Amino acid sequence: MSAAAPSTPSTSTTPTPAGTRTLPAVTEGAGVWTTGPRGALLGLGVGAILLLVVAPMTLSGFGLDLLGRYLCMAMVAVGIGLVWGRGGMLAMGQGVYFGLGAYIMAMHMTLADTTLEGESIPTFMRQNGVDRLPELWGIVQHPVVAVAAVVLVPTGVAGLLGWAIFSRRVKGAYFAILSQALAAAFAVLIIGQPVLTNGSNGLSNFHSLFGWDLSDSTNRTILFLVVAAVLLTMLAVTWQLYRSRFGELLVAVRDQEERVRFLGYDPALVKTVAYMIAALFAAIGGALFVPVVGIISPADIGVVPSIAFLIGVAIGGRATWLGPVLGSIAVSFAGTQLASVFPSFWVYFQGLLFILVIGFLPGGLASVTGFLRRRKTSETIEMEVTR
Amino acid sequence: MEILISQLFAGLSLGSVLLLAAVGLSLTFGQMGVINMAHGEFIMAGAYTAFTVQQILGSAGWSLLASIPVAFLVGGALGLILEIALLRHMYHRPLDTLLVTFGVSLILQQLARDIFGAPSVDVRLPELLSGPVTIMGTPVPAARVFILVLTVLVVAGLSLVMNKSSLGRRTRAVVQSRDLAEASGISSRRTDALTFFVGSGLAGVAGVAITLIGSTSPTLGTTYIVDAFLVVVAGGIGQIRGAVIAAAGLGLLQVFFEFGTTASIAKVIVLVIVVAFLQIRPQGIVATRTRGLA
Repeated sequence: MSAAAPSTPSTSTTPTPAGTRTLPAVTEGAGVWTTGPRGALLGLGVGAILLLVVAPMTLSGFGLDLLGRYLCMAMVAVGIGLVWGRGGMLAMGQGVYFGLGAYIMAMHMTLADTTLEGESIPTFMRQNGVDRLPELWGIVQHPVVAVAAVVLVPTGVAGLLGWAIFSRRVKGAYFAILSQALAAAFAVLIIGQPVLTNGSNGLSNFHSLFGWDLSDSTNRTILFLVVAAVLLTMLAVTWQLYRSRFGELLVAVRDQEERVRFLGYDPALVKTVAYMIAALFAAIGGALFVPVVGIISPADIGVVPSIAFLIGVAIGGRATWLGPVLGSIAVSFAGTQLASVFPSFWVYFQGLLFILVIGFLPGGLASVTGFLRRRKTSETIEMEVTR
Repeated sequence: MEILISQLFAGLSLGSVLLLAAVGLSLTFGQMGVINMAHGEFIMAGAYTAFTVQQILGSAGWSLLASIPVAFLVGGALGLILEIALLRHMYHRPLDTLLVTFGVSLILQQLARDIFGAPSVDVRLPELLSGPVTIMGTPVPAARVFILVLTVLVVAGLSLVMNKSSLGRRTRAVVQSRDLAEASGISSRRTDALTFFVGSGLAGVAGVAITLIGSTSPTLGTTYIVDAFLVVVAGGIGQIRGAVIAAAGLGLLQVFFEFGTTASIAKVIVLVIVVAFLQIRPQGIVATRTRGLA
């Protein structure tokens, strides 16, 4: 009977296996209005009205850019919710995939601007004493190739790495540490290749995207609408995923990996696919981040920013459907507001958020209602202990 | 030949720094499954302790000797507070301790920035350690030899404690089976606290050592923590022997690849090697045999 991990908390004396008990609780934490198809449509509809109609009409150009930036970060959060909240894999290096998408896009845009100016190589390269375009850059010159690379490169990397890690049953803290080391190595790699990536300055000063002038305010509004639509699509996709057999399997793997294996499924495959989807979302977020924000540098993708993606997900409720997005947007908003006024206070506050939310409210704010209803929610996200 | 020796020494020296940073981590990770992201900031606290002690005492030599035990106590005290206030309540959620301690590390970093300022500070070297010494005809920095010796002493002392003292016996018992250890009258709670004290104290000592080879800044910990984690993962959790082998191996590999390429590429190659190595031995170099499924 008990294939459960030896470290299942001693509080759970119920004979029912942890998997069957947590599964309904997860959807319950999401709140009543996101459970059924009608609720999901309602959620998406409200989001669509707010983002596609209300925001462009009420916000200034600056405010719209800022919101667009938050939405790009929220795309990473959707992926983290999938892989961490539903899959139990603490991916601490999503900045890598965000960065891959962003840098591919930034390289393409820099090249396009260079061609428009009638130059053969970007200015920073000439300053570094390069006179020929590196082959790595030449590849992404064509817009179709660049977009394909944004999709294929990060998912490919995630697929290879994920399969290598998960098929050998490296999990829990080991996976977290490896993903974190990946983020550290990636940032070091980018800083260490100033000829290719402009080092720690990053790539910036873009003028156009696929031939559209980025300084034009109508174009910027359209860009924002595209970003919002992409995010809403991602939400629709994850909602469908969570309802599908794959979503159920993913939660089962999180709670009772061994049992899933004994049932004949391959947990490594399930985990790798989830990891690849999260990587794809992060990469798309990164690729859209570049035209919206106008700069990408190693400071946006290293260890600390990678982990910072997690806090919004945790606050919103990591296993819920809308929680990660709402939490991420809220944290980004609070970050911009507080950090500009009290920079040092914001860091303390961020640290406290990590401690308080993860330490004492692991289900996130989404679990507060359930917590009031029945004081058992702390078990909602109880994950299998790693050893 | 001279290049070989100097490269070999550079690798071992890097390995010894990594080991010093990782050995405390390995201890706490192994015993409690707690991944302490704030360990790097305990290292940073040790480094600032060395700086403060030197400001008070003045003499570079005496302050170095004095700051080693003081930094041990500072690091240990920080670890003890962390354990009692937070981690004790979260042992059944090891992955979440990672993020909680990350929050602690953010706060400690900002504290250091507010107290000592964002620019880095320097600790003066004692006369004896500032020059090179000659080993087998090759001049090597004396400070690095000192760190190597310090690391050997620390690891030897730690394994003595783990193998001979009652604290070590209790710790090993708790690592092997928490429930059985408790059943035979060991207070696992007190053992946890003590282990955390020792492990975090060692981070403080590592911080003092690191002031000898570089300047001290609030972000000092972040430069070492990821590599220290890799040492722990590659070495196998809770195994001092594994950590020693892994630290030496990673240090040598890093320096070896740096020689052929650049530091940044070497770092990526080393990470790939660690992932590839975990394909062969997912539990690290020295694995505890269990009948568990994982």
